[in-house]
Amino acid sequence: MSGFLKLLFRNRLAAVGAVVLGTILVLVLITPLLPLKDPNVTDTANKFIPPFTEGHLLGTDHLGRDQLSRLLHGTRLSLAVGLAAAVIAATLGSAVGIIAGYFGGRTDNVIMRGVDMLMAFPYILLALAIVAALGPGLLNALIAVAAVNIPFFARNIRGITVSLAGREFIDAARLAGKGHTRIILTELLPNVLPTIVIAMSTTVGWMILETAGLSFLGLGSQPPVADLGSMLGKGRDSLITDPHTSIVPGVMIFLIVMSVNLLGDGVRDALDPRLKSGALSRPRAMTAVNRKGPVPETDDKGLLNIQNLETQFHVGPRVYRAVNDVSLHVKPGECLGVIGESGSGKSVTALSVMGLVASPPGVITGGAVRYAGEDLLGASYKSLRTKRGENVAYIFQDPLSTLHPLYRVGDQLAEAIQCHHKISDAKARARSLELLRAVRIPNAESRLRDYPHEMSGGMRQRVGIAMAMANDPDVIIADEPTTALDVTVQAQILALLDDLRRERGLAIVFITHDFGVVAQLTDRVAVMYAGQIVEQGRTEEVLSRPLHPYTRRLIACVPELGGGRRRLEAIPGLPPMVDKLPRGCAFAARCDKAQDSCRAAPIALSRDGDRAVRCLFPEEALRKDAS
Amino acid sequence: MGRYILKRLISAIPVLLGITIIVFLIMAMIPGDPAIAILGGYATADRIADLNRDLGLDQPLVARYFIWLGNMLTGDFGRSFSLNRPVLDEILERFNATLILAGVSFMMCSLLGILAGVVSAARQYGFADKAITFAVLIGISVPSFFLGMMMILFFAVNLRWLPVSGMYAIYGGGDLPDLIRHLIMPATALAAVATGVIARLSRSAMLEVLRQDYIRTARAKGVGERRVIMGHALRAAMVSIIPVLGIQAGFVLSGAVYIEIVFQWPGVGRMLVTAILQRDILLVQGGVVFVAACYVFFNILVDVAQSLLDPRIKT
Ligand code: SF4
Repeated sequence: MSGFLKLLFRNRLAAVGAVVLGTILVLVLITPLLPLKDPNVTDTANKFIPPFTEGHLLGTDHLGRDQLSRLLHGTRLSLAVGLAAAVIAATLGSAVGIIAGYFGGRTDNVIMRGVDMLMAFPYILLALAIVAALGPGLLNALIAVAAVNIPFFARNIRGITVSLAGREFIDAARLAGKGHTRIILTELLPNVLPTIVIAMSTTVGWMILETAGLSFLGLGSQPPVADLGSMLGKGRDSLITDPHTSIVPGVMIFLIVMSVNLLGDGVRDALDPRLKSGALSRPRAMTAVNRKGPVPETDDKGLLNIQNLETQFHVGPRVYRAVNDVSLHVKPGECLGVIGESGSGKSVTALSVMGLVASPPGVITGGAVRYAGEDLLGASYKSLRTKRGENVAYIFQDPLSTLHPLYRVGDQLAEAIQCHHKISDAKARARSLELLRAVRIPNAESRLRDYPHEMSGGMRQRVGIAMAMANDPDVIIADEPTTALDVTVQAQILALLDDLRRERGLAIVFITHDFGVVAQLTDRVAVMYAGQIVEQGRTEEVLSRPLHPYTRRLIACVPELGGGRRRLEAIPGLPPMVDKLPRGCAFAARCDKAQDSCRAAPIALSRDGDRAVRCLFPEEALRKDAS
Repeated sequence: MGRYILKRLISAIPVLLGITIIVFLIMAMIPGDPAIAILGGYATADRIADLNRDLGLDQPLVARYFIWLGNMLTGDFGRSFSLNRPVLDEILERFNATLILAGVSFMMCSLLGILAGVVSAARQYGFADKAITFAVLIGISVPSFFLGMMMILFFAVNLRWLPVSGMYAIYGGGDLPDLIRHLIMPATALAAVATGVIARLSRSAMLEVLRQDYIRTARAKGVGERRVIMGHALRAAMVSIIPVLGIQAGFVLSGAVYIEIVFQWPGVGRMLVTAILQRDILLVQGGVVFVAACYVFFNILVDVAQSLLDPRIKT
């Protein structure tokens, strides 16, 4: 909702910009038709008349000339000059950019070197040099402002042209025997034109401002003709005695530049779809919790106990039900596997535990997460923070993106400790070294000073594990920690985790999409599909006797486990989008046993002790005695 | 690090040469006899002949460039006819004032801009964010020279808090507090636009960074929110903020022209405008080359700062 308001706020500002600019443009266009006094007729007897006087709505200047008339004529001139400069800069700059980008090679090199040189100048300085050479005057100011903006266009348009020049349709045109000029005009130009227009709309404001600036310095329009800049420059002489002669043109420049900026921002936002999806929202320190129903009573299962968890993503009017009534628990020394395809909600479940789901757009809408009996979802940020890493720690996938790229590995480890325990830097360092050794990193001492990008993927993930172990937590949640690694390294990491669990009695929740990993490491496993648990049980049992059709097909995907059948049986179809979940079984569309009854109503998770399945027609009956 | 700085210094040489070539070519566009352009309309035939010999003005363009370049490398920027003194002396004297103004202004816009951007991002959609967004919009839309004039009107004339113009009081000034009092308004007016641009960029850079996985990792470790924002996120955001600081420094340095005019600040910018109006070509030429060269060196500093911050940059 707040995202929506923000968009509205923005659009409204853009609308304000459009109205202001539109009004100014209309006024300027009809200026010659308005019953105004001649802007250049002097009347020294009536100089410096204050605004809102009969006959002179905005007063008069130092020569008694009507300010309103001068303002409108000046605005006309300023806009015309700014626009002309923009058109010239865009045309020449784009031409240079297209030529450089299209021909590439040496041509490109030479041209872009020149452009770089021009860009090495502080902007206004270059314009001053050009005016110095050509002499003061409005036309020369226009040329100067256009010239200094050419590099900007050249560089932007070259970038786009380079990416277009490699595309097939250009090659095709070349093969068809079209000449360079024709290719540029008929194939390239239409494609770069939108970029040129956007670049122009973002720069025209500057150019109006810059020409006004040069006129303000006395280097632009010369008397008696006045644009806004020279009006302001003249007004400065009587700033203290008659401020209205400065305020009138100054406010006009401000209004023009502001409305152009507003409009430009609005256009850019409208063109940038990331803003619309709310993806640019900053994730809060913890996931928003807004539980609709009552908090479930504790059932004293496990050290970490997730009960009826519901996590959703609210994006605009759409609701993605990423996690839907999921219950899981894990005991000390136990390893629970959570398996599913990407988008099944397994990672969101994991992140919900410590409030790490990005929010907005994530909201936890129901259930409870209990650590040692205490409900974490109802906890304050302060109490949650002290448990993060200290009691429940995470290991993430792909440590290249999950470790901070600009901090040394040793510092990141030390920080993990020091944000929970007040110990000296030296002690933290010693402990970091110990940790790196514990995860079997060779040359640990020197590795402390490495940055993440200087390590191999396997070493980085060991650092990730060391960081999770930093405070001896009781629970570790590993979110696909081996997915980015090759098979041998993966095996080493899994062995390491298994050792740590046995040595320290850790409870591990292991999120994965790979049944091979589940078989190696876990005691129990939960299979997730479309935000729900579809099957659960002891790992050997689930592997040897899958009940849910989905589980059976997943296991068949893993060659070694699928009873020697060395064929990879991919599951046809895709999981349903979690914003458009079907009423009945979510797997029905891909299930070859689906019946009408499957689609009719939600299917409950039927349980027998440790074993549970959510299917009307399981591969085998849930209870042996019932078969 | 030493090698990296050396490498960057060496790579600046072609840029500096390019700058002199561009300035030289621009000045070569001056219509008419260059000697008259340099000496002014009232020069005697003797002096014109002298100058033609000294600067090789009667020689081909390329030769003229090298004579000019050679002279500059030995510290001879020529003589200003309007001031009747060596160009370099004048520039060096004036540049101090510009450096103080632009330097203070640059620090203001960097600190304020980044701070505003960080607060804005941390309080996204909150009151502070909206207030800052609004202030930024005004800031980047007000022409600095108009802002300066309005500040004079309000703070100097109406409230009488600050001096109207100049760098020091004419009587009894000259110390640091006096300088600061004179500096507040021009530095603020000069910083306004750049502050807005930097604040905007810092906000979006922070928002971008806050969505990264390593921020989630920091939170998962139990790092407090303040440290997440001011440490982890800001540090990473600085990687995209620093280059913009470099660009904005160019705007501040050259935008000082307007502010020096408005506040009668005795800097290079005001010197340039006067020189242009008096068609004192050598003074313009020297001033432009000098300031542009300073900016090139400043950008090397920016690159060095960037490489200190980001270990992924190969030094
Ligand atoms: S409930 Fe029906 S559709 Fe769903 S998995 Fe079972 S058999 Fe297939």
